[in-house]
Amino acid sequence: MQARAFRRPAAALLAVAFAVLPATGAQAADSARTSGTGGSGSTTSHPSDPLVWGKLLYEEGCASCHGLQGQGIAPSPAIKDSGAAAVDFEVSTGRMPLGTIANQALRRAHSLYTAEETQAMAQYVATLGNGPAIPTQQVQGWENADMALGGQVFRTNCAQCHSFSGQGGALTWGKQAPNLMKATPTQIYEAMLVGPNNMPKFSDQTLPPAEKRAVIKYIEFLRQPDNPGGLDLGRLGPVSEGLFGWFGGFGILVAIAIWIGVKAK
Amino acid sequence: MTQDHPAIDPSRPQAAEVAHEWRAADLDPVAERRAERQVAGLFGAATLLILASVLIYGFTDYNATVGVPLLGDVNVINVFMGLTFGLGVFCIGAGAIHWAKKLMPDVEVVEDRHPLTSDEEARAAFAETFAAGVADSGILKRGILRRSLLGAMALFPLPLIVLLRDLGPAPTHGQLNHTIWRAGTRLVTDVTYLPIKAADVPVGGLVNAVPENLPQVEEQDGTLNARAKSVIIVVRLNERDIIAQQGGTPSAPWDYQGILAYSKVCTHVGCPISLYEQRTHHLLCPCHQSTFDLADAGKVVFGPAARNMPQLPITVDAEGYLIARSDFQQPVGPSFWERA
Repeated sequence: MQARAFRRPAAALLAVAFAVLPATGAQAADSARTSGTGGSGSTTSHPSDPLVWGKLLYEEGCASCHGLQGQGIAPSPAIKDSGAAAVDFEVSTGRMPLGTIANQALRRAHSLYTAEETQAMAQYVATLGNGPAIPTQQVQGWENADMALGGQVFRTNCAQCHSFSGQGGALTWGKQAPNLMKATPTQIYEAMLVGPNNMPKFSDQTLPPAEKRAVIKYIEFLRQPDNPGGLDLGRLGPVSEGLFGWFGGFGILVAIAIWIGVKAK
Repeated sequence: MTQDHPAIDPSRPQAAEVAHEWRAADLDPVAERRAERQVAGLFGAATLLILASVLIYGFTDYNATVGVPLLGDVNVINVFMGLTFGLGVFCIGAGAIHWAKKLMPDVEVVEDRHPLTSDEEARAAFAETFAAGVADSGILKRGILRRSLLGAMALFPLPLIVLLRDLGPAPTHGQLNHTIWRAGTRLVTDVTYLPIKAADVPVGGLVNAVPENLPQVEEQDGTLNARAKSVIIVVRLNERDIIAQQGGTPSAPWDYQGILAYSKVCTHVGCPISLYEQRTHHLLCPCHQSTFDLADAGKVVFGPAARNMPQLPITVDAEGYLIARSDFQQPVGPSFWERA
């Protein structure tokens, strides 16, 4: 009994330590990022001029691959004419700075930069050449866009790669068209405008802003479609359903056939 | 051989005498009653389940949903009517099999094979009956009846063959070789039918396009045939990246300042394809992974397609809008028998 009494406070202390540790760790990481000792590497009190700040961030985080003038250092592409829209898309989705070596830059769960840092970098890159601005104005009002038109435009121009349900799909040599379910309206608009990676560009002249907003409206609908319930199996259609049918359904049929064939005792 | 002498193949191993294994239900009346109860229980369960499925259909709100672990929110009628009816039918089958396995006789029975031919006597009798029938009918004697019957029977399948014509119409001459593209036809965006200014297509851009007169043609035809053949994709490359094109001269190339128009119909089995990778200039077919290099005359670089993706020669009109310079110079889509 006595030994138990001694152990208890120690156990409690341990439990508290384990509970607090991750929290303080996260806090430390958070403060490191915002204070600039972390990956983004800005100074503790950043310059008030966003262009100066953006230049600093660019030189620290981007220039080693894309060059000081955005001219690109092979095999990294030139980005001087990519514009603020491309920077906002690539950085806010966490695709840049490049993470693991893969066939293409992949989306991160969280961007490595804060929204303000991203804005500053985007503004700075916009000064390097001619590229589209962040389409903040054009995205406005997508909630009231024509969803039926959006569906038609999506199925004609987007579905071939991103699939009818926006779940993404395979391209050549291990590349892929990403799932659209996590993209924000601005990111969707930016992707159509700048054509990140292997995605073709859909200019505002051939696919006017009203149609782009309609596409956004349709993608937003795809996230919360009318749902009859049940196992959606990723909504991939015949592939996952077939797999389920073959392994699940046939397994049951084989088990029943064996039961029928076994001699009764 | 007669039926009393089974066809025994002496080279085949004969069935060994195996001691019959009696089942519990054969020997023990308690086990027999238990098996009986189990079968009756399955049939009874089937009755209740089938009634339940009818009640669920009758007394559940059509739109009612319920949360089920793993499945999420599900429609009550869909899931529970299916479950009860499916399990009910399963119980009938399971009961029948259980009945056969536990209670029906399972003693080993040997059934020998017999020769398939009838015996001599029966065959002779049949030949005799047949000959008598032929003689009675007079088919050998009355030639006109025999020949007219043969004629009628030979022609009887003809109407069925004639009806096959209605599977058509077969494509008329040249229908598969041409599309509705003509010299001067404007390229317009699919869905919205807006004409496309050359200046509005950026390098790396893609436009899914159709001929400007497509809506009228579709209205007239009442079919999608014209669309199926004339859909194109318009892409723009840096001019220096273009390795080759399917035609044209240096002074009159088939592209317009790097803007290329290619058919959207795969030359393998005709899937519409516009999975275009702007950096590799590859066009990928989602059906069988045929890959075409649009920078290199639409050449097949991977997959089962056998022919280049057909290119549409384009230029611009006085207002700067993209127009076709002619129809395709080769048939679009998959190969066909008469294709030259």
